[in-house]
Amino acid sequence: MARSRNQAPATKQQKKESMAVLKRLMAVLFRRYPIQLILVVISIIISVLANVQGTLFMQTLIDSYITPMVKSGGKDFGPLLDAIRRVLGFYLIGIFGTYFFNMLMTFVTQGMMKYLRDRMFTHMQGLPIRYFDNNAHGDIMSIYTNDIDALRQMISQSIPQLINASFTIVSVLVSMIVLSVPLTVVTLVMVFVMLAVTGKLAGLSGKYFVRQQEDIGKLNGNIEEMMNGQKVVKVFNHEEQAIEDFERLNDQLYDSASKANTYANVLMPANAQLGNVSYVLVAVIGGALALNGVTGLTLGKLASFLTFNKSFNMPISQVSQQMNFIVMAAAGAKRIFAMLDEEPEVDDGYVTLVNANVAEDGTITESEKRTGVWAWKHYHAADGTTTYQRLTGDVVMDGVNFGYVPEKIVLHDIKLYAKAGQKIAFVGATGAGKTTITNLINRFYDVEDGKIRYDGININKIKKADLRRSLGIVLQDTHLFTGTVAENIRYGKLDATDEEVKAAAKLANADHFIRHLPQGYDTVLTGDGANLSMGQRQLLAIARAAIADPPVLILDEATSSIDTRTEKIVQDGMDKLMAGRTTFVIAHRLSTIRNSDCIMVLDQGEIIERGNHEELIKEGGKYYQLYTGKVVNA
Amino acid sequence: MKTIAKEVKGYILVSILTPLFMLLEVAMELELPNLMATIIDKGVNAGNMSVILRTGVFMILAALVGLLAGILGGKFGAIAAAGLAKNLRSKMFRKIQDFSFSNIDKFSSSSLITRLTTDVTNVQNAYMMALRMGMRAPASMIVAMVMSFMVNPKIAMIYVYAVIFLVCVMAVIMPIVGGMFKKGFKQYDALNESVQENVSAIRVVKAYVRENYARERFTNASGGIYKIFIKIENILAFMMPIMMGTVYACILLISWNGAQFIVAGKLTTGELMQLLTYCMSILMSLMMLTMVFMMIMMSTASITRISEVINEEPSIHNPADPIMEIPNGDIVFDHVNFSYKQDSKDYVLEDINLSIKSGETIGVLGGTGSSKTTLVNLISRLYDVSTGSVKVGGHDVREYDLEALRDRVSVVLQQNVLFTGTIYDNLRWGDENATEEECRRVAKMACADEFIDRLPEGYNTKITQGGTNVSGGQRQRLCIARALLKKPAVLILDDSTSAVDTATDAKIRKAFREEIPGTTKLIIAQRISSVQDADRIIVMDEGHIDGIGTHEELLKNNAIYRDVYESQTGGGTGDFDEKEEA
Repeated sequence: MARSRNQAPATKQQKKESMAVLKRLMAVLFRRYPIQLILVVISIIISVLANVQGTLFMQTLIDSYITPMVKSGGKDFGPLLDAIRRVLGFYLIGIFGTYFFNMLMTFVTQGMMKYLRDRMFTHMQGLPIRYFDNNAHGDIMSIYTNDIDALRQMISQSIPQLINASFTIVSVLVSMIVLSVPLTVVTLVMVFVMLAVTGKLAGLSGKYFVRQQEDIGKLNGNIEEMMNGQKVVKVFNHEEQAIEDFERLNDQLYDSASKANTYANVLMPANAQLGNVSYVLVAVIGGALALNGVTGLTLGKLASFLTFNKSFNMPISQVSQQMNFIVMAAAGAKRIFAMLDEEPEVDDGYVTLVNANVAEDGTITESEKRTGVWAWKHYHAADGTTTYQRLTGDVVMDGVNFGYVPEKIVLHDIKLYAKAGQKIAFVGATGAGKTTITNLINRFYDVEDGKIRYDGININKIKKADLRRSLGIVLQDTHLFTGTVAENIRYGKLDATDEEVKAAAKLANADHFIRHLPQGYDTVLTGDGANLSMGQRQLLAIARAAIADPPVLILDEATSSIDTRTEKIVQDGMDKLMAGRTTFVIAHRLSTIRNSDCIMVLDQGEIIERGNHEELIKEGGKYYQLYTGKVVNA
Repeated sequence: MKTIAKEVKGYILVSILTPLFMLLEVAMELELPNLMATIIDKGVNAGNMSVILRTGVFMILAALVGLLAGILGGKFGAIAAAGLAKNLRSKMFRKIQDFSFSNIDKFSSSSLITRLTTDVTNVQNAYMMALRMGMRAPASMIVAMVMSFMVNPKIAMIYVYAVIFLVCVMAVIMPIVGGMFKKGFKQYDALNESVQENVSAIRVVKAYVRENYARERFTNASGGIYKIFIKIENILAFMMPIMMGTVYACILLISWNGAQFIVAGKLTTGELMQLLTYCMSILMSLMMLTMVFMMIMMSTASITRISEVINEEPSIHNPADPIMEIPNGDIVFDHVNFSYKQDSKDYVLEDINLSIKSGETIGVLGGTGSSKTTLVNLISRLYDVSTGSVKVGGHDVREYDLEALRDRVSVVLQQNVLFTGTIYDNLRWGDENATEEECRRVAKMACADEFIDRLPEGYNTKITQGGTNVSGGQRQRLCIARALLKKPAVLILDDSTSAVDTATDAKIRKAFREEIPGTTKLIIAQRISSVQDADRIIVMDEGHIDGIGTHEELLKNNAIYRDVYESQTGGGTGDFDEKEEA
C-alpha cells in the first residue's frame, strides 16, 4: 500500500511484523469464514457495479434523453421511462448487495470476536502461573477490551471499505478512461496530491495516536493505583500531592489527545477540499474541451465525468481514514497472537485420580460415586494393564531446588517427608519459602532439581488436573467470584446440594455471618467480595475448600485475619474433616500450628529445624525464638 | 447533563468556534454546486470561457476557505473535546480526594476507575462528534433544502417527503437499538469482570481445577454478547439499504420530473445537476445526524455515572473555624454510637465510653466483626460518629482541621497499599521533607531496615504497583515506618503486624516503647503476644467493650480474653483438644 509508506514513525522491522500479523489475522478470518467472505466480496462487487451503472445513467439522462427531447420538443417520454425502469433494477440489485454484505459482515465480525475471546480465555486458563506473574493484570485485561475492540473496528469497517473502495476505484477508473482520457489524467494527478497529503497527515496523527495510547496507559495506571489506595491517601493527607501527579499526566494526555484528534479531524476536510479542487479543475478543463469540441467530449459526458470524479475521490478519502484503525488493529492483533502463542502448561501425566472401594482383602476397585476413598489409577503402556494404588497422602521431597528465576534459587536442597494422615506445618520468616514449597507440590511451578513423590509416585507422572484435585488449597490471598455466597462455596464442588453448602459453611463457622447478610446465602458478592471483611472472606474460602472434601489439604495463612477464638472452632472442624488425611499448614500464629505432627522451620529457603512443638521448644533454636519473641544467643 | 456542561469551562470559545467553522465549511461546500451550475449554464452552454475561468477561480477560493474552516473546525473540536475530558477527569479526581471513607465505600474503587477512564472517553468522543457534526449536519441539510427550493420548489418537495420518511424510520429504530445497546454494554461489563476475576484468581481456578467451569461461564457470557450484538448490527445493517433506497428513489424521481421540466423549459440542465448534488448532501447529513444521536444516546449512561461522582456530597467537612493544633494524645470516647448507614439505629458500635491518656499503649482485641477497626477509625475522623463524641487532646475531633488532625493521628490501615516509586518515595508519604537519615531511622524502628539493606538497591529499590515485589510482612513493616515518619501524637496499628513473625513484632513494640514514649499507641491485633505488654487492653465483642484492663486483670476477670489466651498458648500441655467442647 503506497500510503503506509509515510505512516507513523515505525521502523521497517515493525512494519514487517505488522504486515505479518495482519496476514495471519486474515488467514484466520478466511479459514473460519471462507464462504461468507467470498459472498461478501461478490456482493460488494455487485453493489459497486450496480452503482456505477446508476452513475452512467447520468450520462444517458442528459445526452440521450433530455437533450434530444428538448431538441425535438418531444412529447415521447417512453424511452426515458424505460431507462429509469432499467436503472431502478440496477439500483435494487445494488441495494440488495449492500444489505447482503452488511448482514454477512455482522455474523463474520461478531463471530470472530466471540471466537477470539473464547479462544483467548480458554488458552489463558491453560497458561502456567508464571505467565500471570510476568504480565501485569491490567495489560492482560486490555487485550480483552482495547485490542479486541480495535480488531472489531477493522473487521467490520476497514475490511469491507477497503474491498468496496478498491472495486469502486477500479470500475470508476475504467469508466473515466472510457469517457475522457485527458480528464482522467487530471483526476489522477489530484489523487496523487491527495495521497501525499493523506500520508503526511496520517503519519503525524499516527505518531500522536501512539503517544496518546501511551499517555492513556500512564494515566490509567495512576488512576488505578490511586483509587485502590485512596484510603491511604486520605490517612496521609496526600490529596494535594496525588492531585499534582494526576494533573501532570492528565495534561500530557490532553496534549497528545488533542493533537492526535486534530490531525485525524483534518484528514477528512483536507481530502474533501482537495477533491473539490480536483472537481473544479476537471470542470474548467472539461468545460474548455467541451466548448472547443475536441476529444469528442459532450456536455452530458462532462456531467457524468464530474460525478465519477466525486465517486473516485470518495473511496480514497474513506480508505485514508481507515489507516489509523488498521494500524491500531495490527498492534492489537499482535498482542492477541502473542498471548495465543504463549506456551501452555505442559502435562505429561498419565496417572489419574479415581474414587475407590477397598474390599476386605485389600483389592481396590474404581467407583463412580464419592466414597471418601481415593486411588491412583496407573495405566501401564508396556503391558496394557491398569493397577490401582490407594491414595494415602504420603508426600516426600528429596533434594528439591527451585528458583522463580534461574539465577536466584529460593529453595535449597529441601528434604521433607509427610506421612499419610499427618499434619505438617511450615513456619519461618516471610520470604523463607513456605508458600513456594506448597506451590511445588501442586505443580504451580516445576522443580529445578530433585524429586517430589506423592504416595511414591513422581508427581510429574500424575495428571495435573488430578494432582490438583487431590489437594485442597486455601491460599494466602483470598479470591472470591462475582455470584452468590452459595455459588462461591459451591465452587469447591459444583454439584453440591444446598445442605452440603450449609454444612460446609457451618464447619468453617461462616454460617453465622452469612445468615446475617441481607439475602443470606443468596447475597451477591461483587468485586472480589469487597463488601465482606478480610476475616469473613477467609471463612468463605475455607468453606469452599471444606466442601471439596479433598484427600490432602494445604492451608496457606488461611486463618490469618480470623480471630483466634473463631479460628479454634474452624480448626476443630477442619481437623475432624481431615482426620486420617494429610494436611499442610503455613501460619504465623502459634495456635494454628501447635498441634501439628511435625513442624518444619524454614530459613532462607532451607529447612533448619524439624520436630513437633515440644521438641522444638526444648531445642531452643530458631523456632523457640520466633514464637516466644525472646532472642536466644546464637 | 448540566454538571457535564459546566466542565466545558476554559474551552467555551473553541466549543463555539468549532460549529461556526463547520458551518463555514458547509456554506462553502454548498456554494460549490451553485458555482458548478453557473459554469455549465452560463459558461459551457453560452460558450463563455471567461465565465468558466472566473467561476473556476471562485470555486477554488471556496474550496480553500472550506479547507481552512475544516482544519480549524477539526483542530478546535479536538481541543474542546480533549479539554472537556481533561476537566472531567480533573474534577472527578479532585472530588474523590475530598471523599470521606464512607463516600469511597459507596462507590468502590473499581467503579471509580471505570468512571475516570472509559466513561470520560465515551463523553469525549460524543462531544467531539456533537460539536463537529451536531450543527454541520442539520445546517447543511437546511441550506441544501433552501437552495433546492430556490431552484425548483416542486422538485424540492421530493426531499421533504424523503426526509420525513427517513425520520419516521429512525424514530422507530433508534429507541429499539439504543435500548439494546444499553443491555449489550451491561453484558460487556460483566464479561470484562469475569476476565478480571479469573486473571487475578488464577491460582484458585487452577487449584480447584475449574478451568472448564470458568470457560463455560465465560463462553456463556461471550455468547450472550454475540447474540445481542448480532441483533443490533442486523438492524443497523438494514438501515443502510433503506438510506440507499431513499437516495436512489430521489435521484430517479428528480431525473424523471427534471426531464419533464427541462422539456417544458422550466429547468436548465445545470440546475438539474445542482439538484442531484443537493440530494446527496441532504441524505448524508441525515445519516450523520443519526450517528450523532446514537453516540449521544450511548454516552448518556456515562454522563450519568460521571455526574454521580461530581455531585456526590463529601460526608465529612472541615469545620468553619478549625483548631489547627492538637495539644496532646489524650483520647476520649463519650457515649459513642456509630452506624455505617446514615440515620440508622443499626449500630455497629454501641455506647462506647473510653478515656486514654497521652503516651499510653492500648491493645485492642476481639473477634472477627467485633468492630475493632471501626472503633479506631473514629479517632482520625475517617468516619463521623452517629451520636456522642470522640475527643483527641481535649477537643472533639470535629473541631479540628482535618489535615492537622490526620497529621497528628497516624493510622496504619489493615488493607495497606504501597505506591509505585522507590522505598524512599513511599516512606516520604509520611513527611515529604524527611531526610534520608530520618527515613532510615523510622525504617529501623519498624524493623524494615534488615530486609531493605539486603535489597540490591537498598532504599532506592523500586516498589511495583500495589507493592507486589515485597512480601506481606515486608509491606506491613514499610507501612509502619511510613506512619512513624509523621511523628504522630497518636499511632494506630490496625492488625499491622499479622504477617510479621512474633520475634520481629516484639522488636517493633520495644522500639515504640523506647523511642516514642510520648505517643499514644493503639494496637489492634489477633495475637495475644502483640498486646499483652500494653498498659491496658480493650476487649471488643460485637460492638461493645467487653472489658478493659491489664493482661493480668483481664486474665482474671474477662472470659473472652482468657479464652483467647488459652487457645493461643494452650495450657502448657499438648492436650487442649480435649478441653474444648465439640
